[in-house]
Amino acid sequence: MTNERQQSRRRSVRSPSIKGGRGLLMAWVFIVPALAFYAAFVLVPIVMSIYYSLLRWDGIGKSQFYGLRNYVTVLSESDFLQILANAFQLVVYFTVIPVAIGLGVASVIREQLSGRFGTVARTVLFIPQVIPLVAAGIAWTWMLASNGVVNQALQLIGLGAVTRGWLGDFDFALPAVGMIGAWVLLGLCTMLLVTGIARIDASLYEAAKLDGASPWHEFRWITLPSLRQEIGVCVTVTVIAALASFDIVYIATGGGPGIQTTVPGLEIYRLAFAHRQVGLASALAVVLMVLVIVVVLPIQWLTRPPK
Amino acid sequence: MLNMRLSMSAGLIAVMTVATTGGALAAPSCGASPVVLNSYFETGFPLPTELSKEFTKQFPNVTFNIKEDLFANLMENSPRVLSGDNPPDLIRLPSISDLVKDGLLKNLDSYATAFGWDKYPPAQLAQNRVADSGSPRGEGSLYAMGLNYSMTGIFYNKALAAKIGMTKAPETVAELEDLMAKAKAAGIVPIVEWNKPVVGLTFPLQNLMGSFGDPKAVNDWIFQQPKSTIDTPANLTAAQHLEQWVKAGYFQDDINSVDYATAMGRFIDGKGLFIFNGDWESGNLDKQMTGNVGFFVMPPATAGGKHAAMSAPLTYGIGANAKNADCAAFFLNWVATNPEARKIDVAVGGSNPGGPVDLPLPPVTPGSVTEQTLAAGTTIAKDNGAMDFIANATGAIYAEGWTPELQKMVGGRQDSAGMLKTVQDEYVKELSR
Repeated sequence: MTNERQQSRRRSVRSPSIKGGRGLLMAWVFIVPALAFYAAFVLVPIVMSIYYSLLRWDGIGKSQFYGLRNYVTVLSESDFLQILANAFQLVVYFTVIPVAIGLGVASVIREQLSGRFGTVARTVLFIPQVIPLVAAGIAWTWMLASNGVVNQALQLIGLGAVTRGWLGDFDFALPAVGMIGAWVLLGLCTMLLVTGIARIDASLYEAAKLDGASPWHEFRWITLPSLRQEIGVCVTVTVIAALASFDIVYIATGGGPGIQTTVPGLEIYRLAFAHRQVGLASALAVVLMVLVIVVVLPIQWLTRPPK
Repeated sequence: MLNMRLSMSAGLIAVMTVATTGGALAAPSCGASPVVLNSYFETGFPLPTELSKEFTKQFPNVTFNIKEDLFANLMENSPRVLSGDNPPDLIRLPSISDLVKDGLLKNLDSYATAFGWDKYPPAQLAQNRVADSGSPRGEGSLYAMGLNYSMTGIFYNKALAAKIGMTKAPETVAELEDLMAKAKAAGIVPIVEWNKPVVGLTFPLQNLMGSFGDPKAVNDWIFQQPKSTIDTPANLTAAQHLEQWVKAGYFQDDINSVDYATAMGRFIDGKGLFIFNGDWESGNLDKQMTGNVGFFVMPPATAGGKHAAMSAPLTYGIGANAKNADCAAFFLNWVATNPEARKIDVAVGGSNPGGPVDLPLPPVTPGSVTEQTLAAGTTIAKDNGAMDFIANATGAIYAEGWTPELQKMVGGRQDSAGMLKTVQDEYVKELSR
């Protein structure tokens, strides 16, 4: 009896360990392909970029070790600083506007989510998200041209005096590019926030109503806290889209006029392929990566679910 | 003079005969067995493809495997394409300095001797000569050939010109400015130009530089001759004239948001009197504005002065490790010398086919703008006023120097002196990196 018990205990002790070993092996079998891809296309390029950033190299010929001089250039030349500042200015348009409007729309259509209005509203707002950025950039370039639909509309309502080639204007080019980004990202934010709002227990709103809460109170004390995580995702994705923007700017303005709309992504591309200064381009890329992490980490921390 | 030219021509023919005879022994040619020329052309320009079709017709053993890319992409991709496993036999080259420095282009000196290209007018080949270190340009070995040689100047809308009483091409800059003022007063946009994503104001600016200064000094700067600068008193005068044109409202006011295609569309639609552009548009304009378009070269500062203009070869090179280099070189020689190829060159490309001086220019429609641009080429050759393009001085001077600074000038955020100084600083910085 004792023997049997001991044996069975041994068995029961051993079997999980066998299971664990097999499990571990299986885990690795499943992880390795993805890990290999991740390493080949993310980790290795990051390490290579850091290495390149220490070189003076045209991408083809002989390279020369250059120390941290590329970083000094990136962090001290006024043009590079303006380019980094442009990216942060875009955050206002790419993040604040879509998240704010997305929250507004989600709150308004909360009660009609399953109705026809809700479906149509969601579809319409999500459309920009499925249009390729390059196509959106081209379409908006036409609309913002001096004879484009934006100026035609302004003329129609008697604002002919303010019409201009928006994307070529020193004061308005960056906001105009920002609005294109806001338009594209609005769909994503609305979709995420509407999905999030659908998950909130309707009884919370009912209880609040019974307690005499105004719509603003409902929004402030129920909707906003419940959407914390979704807002976190929206802000993270849009901030990265702003800081690492490229396509819209490349298509709409090419970084001009002057360097008014030049963003780090565009400059990295130019430095690497037009200037053929792979070292300097990599240094700017590393600086951009660090900036993105520095900005995104606190957002993650602030919007994580309460324990 | 005439005698001298004749004897030169005779000498040339003799040399060419020798070259051809010599070529029969160790002839760089396409042979008789099947050859596929690996080709990398520029999107939007049908000339090389048309030439390749005619070539295959004449040499059926040769076919072309053509890949195309936009100019900007070519600029960025050419080093990687040329350093790859299967480098192109024929490639359109936006700039050659960096490629030569990295040893990616075939040195064409031996072909130049074999085919007699070294007997062409030196100015024709100068822009494709580079020191082996990649700088300066304009001297050293030959690394590319032009399919043809384009010219820039000023196209004008004849109907609008008649409205302001313009009966002949202006003979001085002052006369040109007078015409612009008249157009402005008559409610006609004097100049349509583009300024995005890269600037078109470099065209009027460089033309003004040629009017007020020595084109050689401009070329020295472009060719990266030591100690050359763009920030000279003559260029300052030129830039000040341009700034004055901007301030006087001679360009459309949304020019910073207008791209090349839009500007061309506006000119074709009769939305402006002048456009500073190149003869690559001659064929197109003859088709779209038949009889209503004229062309003149930028006038000099003073009457009877010398003319100058940007003139650049449509540059094609051969990969250093190209498999069919001989056949590619044979093709380049054929383009410059074959009557049918020269005809296509002018009809499709709109530009001077170059080649040996004794070959006649292919006939063009009398009264066409193509006829005028070809004639203008002769004027520039006579005045020795050909300049390369200031945007080609370094790989990034266009994107990082001229474009932002000229856009700022239009936006009133930069003046002539500041612009030249900033571009020169950028030039020095780029050459030092």
